[in-house]
Amino acid sequence: MVGGRRLSLDWIGAVPFLGYVALFLFLPTVIIIAGAFASEGGLTLSNFANLSRPYIISAIISSVILSAVTAAGGAVLGALLTYAIATGNPRGIFRRVLTSACGVLAQFGGVTLAFAFIAAIGPASALYVYLSQHHLDYYGSGVWLYDLRGLELVYLYFQIPLMVLIFLPAVDGIKPQWREATESLGGGTWTYWRHVAGPLLAPAFLGSTLLLFANSLSAYATAAALINQGGPILPLQISNAITSEVGLHEPGFAKAQAVVLIVIVAIVSGLYAVLQRRTARWLQ
Amino acid sequence: MSRSRRAKLQVFRVVTFVLLGAFFLGPIWFMFEFSTRGIGENSPRTLDAWKAIGTYPDLVAGIVASLELAVITSIGVLVVLVPTMVWVRLRLPRLRRVIESISLLPLTIPAIVLVVGFSPMYQWMGTNFSDSILTLSLAYAILVLPYAYRALDAGLAAIDVKTLSEAARSLGADWFTVMLRVIVPNISSALLNAGLLSVALVLGEYTIANNLLYPNLQVEIVSLARTNAGVSIAVAVASLLFAFVLLVALSFVGGQRGVRRRNRERLVQTFARDFSGGTR
Amino acid sequence: MTASVETTLRSGVEVRLEDLRRRYSGVTALDGLSLTMAPGELVCLLGPSGCGKTTALRLLAGLEEADGGRVLIGGEDVTNVPANKREIGMVFQAYSLFPHMTAMQNVAFGMQLHKVGPAERRKRAGDMLELVGLSAHVHKYASQLSGGQQQRVALARALAIEPKVLLLDEPLSALDARVRARLRDEIRRVQLEVGTTTLFVTHDQEEALAIADRVGVMNAGRIEQLGPPTTIYSRPATPFVAEFVGLTNRLPGVVKGGEVEVRGTRLPLVKPDSSDGAAIALVRPEAVTLASDGDMLPGPLIGTVIATVFLGATSRVTVDLGDITVLAQLPTSDAAALTAGTRVRLSLRKDPVLLARDETAPTEA
Repeated sequence: MVGGRRLSLDWIGAVPFLGYVALFLFLPTVIIIAGAFASEGGLTLSNFANLSRPYIISAIISSVILSAVTAAGGAVLGALLTYAIATGNPRGIFRRVLTSACGVLAQFGGVTLAFAFIAAIGPASALYVYLSQHHLDYYGSGVWLYDLRGLELVYLYFQIPLMVLIFLPAVDGIKPQWREATESLGGGTWTYWRHVAGPLLAPAFLGSTLLLFANSLSAYATAAALINQGGPILPLQISNAITSEVGLHEPGFAKAQAVVLIVIVAIVSGLYAVLQRRTARWLQ
Repeated sequence: MSRSRRAKLQVFRVVTFVLLGAFFLGPIWFMFEFSTRGIGENSPRTLDAWKAIGTYPDLVAGIVASLELAVITSIGVLVVLVPTMVWVRLRLPRLRRVIESISLLPLTIPAIVLVVGFSPMYQWMGTNFSDSILTLSLAYAILVLPYAYRALDAGLAAIDVKTLSEAARSLGADWFTVMLRVIVPNISSALLNAGLLSVALVLGEYTIANNLLYPNLQVEIVSLARTNAGVSIAVAVASLLFAFVLLVALSFVGGQRGVRRRNRERLVQTFARDFSGGTR
Repeated sequence: MTASVETTLRSGVEVRLEDLRRRYSGVTALDGLSLTMAPGELVCLLGPSGCGKTTALRLLAGLEEADGGRVLIGGEDVTNVPANKREIGMVFQAYSLFPHMTAMQNVAFGMQLHKVGPAERRKRAGDMLELVGLSAHVHKYASQLSGGQQQRVALARALAIEPKVLLLDEPLSALDARVRARLRDEIRRVQLEVGTTTLFVTHDQEEALAIADRVGVMNAGRIEQLGPPTTIYSRPATPFVAEFVGLTNRLPGVVKGGEVEVRGTRLPLVKPDSSDGAAIALVRPEAVTLASDGDMLPGPLIGTVIATVFLGATSRVTVDLGDITVLAQLPTSDAAALTAGTRVRLSLRKDPVLLARDETAPTEA
């Protein structure tokens, strides 16, 4: 039949795209998952058993702590900035500039960001040289910029603008009538935040925080550029396992770590989707 | 709103903007400051570090490679994506959700995880096919796929692809003509959007190149930092400025206001699903 | 629908607005507005957008601060009392329900803020929702209710706190026409039942005339005329009111000796001291009668019917007089024979008429 022939010809149009993603999206995924569970001659969980090495456990814990701290800090500071933006003129040029800037800064990470902080507050920075000469040696107990505490500060640089981008639509969804209705019913500012705006924004806030968490968990470039030795966090350990001798002897090791990272991110993104649906219902 | 509350709110806004403004502008300012330092204390400002950029052959090679990768990746992703998206709208509407989910999938896979899968593939390609750094564009196209998809989808949503192409077909145009003379001119701003985003993402990419041991711009900046911090920071500033210009240009392309706003909203939605760590 | 409300039917209190003034960055929103509402009365502020009616309501609610003047509720000066201490019930134009609460929770919320116990709260919220005819929907969220139902919940929520004053800020303007008329009557029924002094703000004259004890027509930050609906409609005090409320024919004429001559008919003036000269007389369609018998010799009041619009008991007929068209409103039984093309003779009832402010005809010599 003509219809049947047409249909099969139509499908040919999607082949280049599907072929490409099969090779460069699905094949790598299959390589990771298969590799994580494979050993010579069969299925195994030994790659995951290897994750119990103390330095891997500690990297996973550090990653989670780093992500939790920067997600919480980024969410709180980002929410304050969002509120400051949302209470301005909604059509003003100031707001447009700020939201555009947040779009740029949320993508600003990696090597350049690490270098910016090294130049701004690193041991060779003008600021540090000046302050240390005036008895304010903030590296007195070691250059914390190059370890986890440094990452916590540097990650905020993209976490805060990212928070603004994803939280602003929810804050914009808050209608001024709700505050006025609360007031006419006898409630003050505290009541409004406690019973109305707080509960309404909570799912969006939590969801955004989860996104920041996952984002920080997956970030590699900034940490790699800032931290020279060792691998205090999971993405750096994965990188070590790919490029070092260890990786050549144990091909499943990096893959098992990658699976762990995917699983955490998948759980977090699933929770995020649930919270996002609720926000959409309340705040459009 | 009562006047006292408005005044309090105003104070809060000013304090927030000033403090966070310092946090965001400070590091960028100090990068400039660092890259224009002279040698030794109290030496005058100098552009020596900037002038020295051209004297590091590895660095120049990295810059060239990254620019080539940016061009190849953005053209490549458009060449694959645009005909597919148009074709799906015209003939395979059932496939649209599938194509969308696939295109957005890289948002949920951390780049450092993708590298683990790419690593054996690139080893194989290196021995059997080509070990050119430009093969990285095949991997980069996956990274930029979600952003390119969202930008193009916004552009295609603004026009009636089906009616336009039926009208052109009825005038005797073949599919190639429909695509090149009818669809492409009507989504030109979306193409530009997608292209600019791709370029910005590729120029900032470090994770994949570093782990597959290909020396692109960012990798060279890091390795140069060990010997000459001033020059590497100067290059970092330059690449940052370039990315800023690209991304700011993004907010100005897009014809009418409504289209621009929709593009921005799509972009935010894309960010809001980005679990990949991207170039960060 | 006629639910027994066990809330104490409080007799309303008197509300006074005295010489209220408000400017927004150079624009005068209220220019010395004064209004006294009798206990239990429903007053409508009617006017075009930007006339200051919403500002007046928001000043009474305490949501805005006045630049000058006083607000008294039940004899007490509340000018400097914040909104949440004024005991005001307010219904907004739309979207004012808290989206994370059910209808019941929305209504109970205000009582919770007034320290009413949980059991009492639930009972009274149920009663209030019954009063507005929503017993079947108590556990639904705003997103599951229609626009009209949402406004009913908003009304129940405002009344549940037994406010001294009920304020309605264009509560029907976001609804479609049929729902609007039903809910309008419903609001009036509930208001009479609870007896709360009520200020209702609207730009819809039909709504204002149907619901209010008294209507205040506002223009440029002031009340132009305040009175019962019938007076506002049939005896507008100013040209603005005449033109804003109801349909009006603008007929060119000549003022002479306290009367205006329009197409050969001399009509008395509301303000006989108007200066002589050309003017535009404002004539209601009801004051125009049509006859299709007798001789139809050409004259200033002979014309042709070009359209007849059936409005129910009355019909509106458009007559072409050659140089202008005139609207006439007459009983449908009389209008039945006046199909398009019929030759008719107009006559103008000799009610006192107003003159238009914006004289388009050349003014006095």
